[in-house]
Amino acid sequence: MKKFLEISLALMLTIGLLGGCGAKEEAKVPEGSTLSGKIVIAGSTSVQPLSEELADAFTEKYPEVSIEVQGGGSSVGVKSAKEKIADMGASSRAVKESEKEYGLTEYVIAKDGIAVVVNPSNKVDDLSLEQIKKIFTGAITNWKEVGGADKEITVVSREDGSGTRGAFVEITKVLDENGEGKKIDNTTKNALVQPSTGAVKQTVANTPDAIGYISMGGMDDTVKDVKVEGVSATEENAKAGTYKISRPFLYLTNGEESEVVKKYMEFVLNEGQEIVKEEFISVK
Amino acid sequence: MKIHEKIIETILFICAAIATLSVLLITVFIFKEGLPVLKSYGVFNFIFGKTWSPTNEQFGALPMIMGSISVTLGALVIGVPMGIACAIFLAEIAPKSVVKIFKPAVELLAGIPSVVYGFFGLAVVVPIIRTNILPIIQKFNPDANTSGYSILGGAIILAVMILPTIVNISENAIKAVPFEYKQGSLALGASHFETITKVIIPAAKSGIITSIVLGMGRAVGETMAVILITGNMPKVPGSVLDSVATLTGTIAMEMGYAGPMHQRALFATGIILFVFIMMLNIIASTTLKRVGRG
Repeated sequence: MKKFLEISLALMLTIGLLGGCGAKEEAKVPEGSTLSGKIVIAGSTSVQPLSEELADAFTEKYPEVSIEVQGGGSSVGVKSAKEKIADMGASSRAVKESEKEYGLTEYVIAKDGIAVVVNPSNKVDDLSLEQIKKIFTGAITNWKEVGGADKEITVVSREDGSGTRGAFVEITKVLDENGEGKKIDNTTKNALVQPSTGAVKQTVANTPDAIGYISMGGMDDTVKDVKVEGVSATEENAKAGTYKISRPFLYLTNGEESEVVKKYMEFVLNEGQEIVKEEFISVK
Repeated sequence: MKIHEKIIETILFICAAIATLSVLLITVFIFKEGLPVLKSYGVFNFIFGKTWSPTNEQFGALPMIMGSISVTLGALVIGVPMGIACAIFLAEIAPKSVVKIFKPAVELLAGIPSVVYGFFGLAVVVPIIRTNILPIIQKFNPDANTSGYSILGGAIILAVMILPTIVNISENAIKAVPFEYKQGSLALGASHFETITKVIIPAAKSGIITSIVLGMGRAVGETMAVILITGNMPKVPGSVLDSVATLTGTIAMEMGYAGPMHQRALFATGIILFVFIMMLNIIASTTLKRVGRG
């Protein structure tokens, strides 16, 4: 009885293996490509959804390739590329001065606009970059100073180190040089800090006198975006450069790239831009 | 037979060793990563510095230390009396039919994920503080202002979160008081209420204190719910309506995006938290010993 079981098990396994081989060979034929391998992309959670869509489209074209997309944050992306933990690092902020020395190759794959949002009940709908800077550094603390109601402003910011925050403070000049020529993030200490786009949106939607900033891709009706310098936060305006607050999405590689990575990069920068366009701003 | 026992003994030893070893490994790792920052920045500057701004290379952890202390204290002020009262009610006063409903309900509180508590606080408690509690406070202090994201909000939610711990352990302690104590007290002419306050609670106090310590541990370590409710403002608070950032919350929020130096600073924050909890445990166990004796 036991012997019979063993034999039948072995038989089943063999058949299973053979079947697997057959399926593999079949899949290879239609595309006629020999490209195979694995890519690991790690980093910014802002880039993650885009990476996943790009990876899906790429593996549809080359079924032999598997792509793994991991999160972790922009700094994790830079670190993963540097230490070759991942084949590619993803970052939603420009590479910092202190990280430049790692000698990573940078590819801008998309651009994302950052919308300045207020509660829908707020009457203010146009702010200048200067006013935004003053609000976020705490120089302006009441809505009446920018043409709104006589209410104290609740500033909502992202956590220190966030890619969205990094891009926002740089563009709005909240990040400024101090006397010694060192760049200082002057975001007011009286700002609420929320750890994600969703949390900022929720906070602004819940708090009548709040102002915050979120990735343009995350906009919806629960909050109202204000015009910046008279230009509304739309993709066209960000791409044309008239909307001032936008940031790059980067892929980073370290040293010699494998064949698969090269092919993937080529795909992302050409056909992939169609996918980028759906939510973000293409670089083409 | 002998071999068989030896094997089981070895397995038990390995299990015990793994548990101890993980504590050791985690401790070594946190200290290894965090100590360099503490050294180069200065322990005093780190603990008493008022500005936490890692991108500007300012690592003053005082706002977060104060944040964690204030939220935890607030939770204890609200949660402990409520929890003990609930435990007394369940153990001494409530009829069996009521206990059957109340007890599972309290136990259910322990099973709710903390992010759900956080979301509840965000959607319900925070707006209530802003629209209902703020006007009352403004009558006494016209300058008061709050977005609702506050110590008070965090404390209320944490108080509910530590209730099951306090209620369950206190109730067990009260139930463990020998029945003769109660009989004796009543026989001497004390009322039921007097018996509870003068005899039963003093007899159960070591269990009650244990429950408070465990509740406190949960409150200090809670991360997710607090991130959502307290506003995470790294500033030393001036009132219960101010927003605060806590030690755990800051680590959780900033770790993902932190640069190399920033990450080490977060590990240093972890050291503070570690020492903080060790101190709490030591204080708690010594008071427990003293109370137990007296």
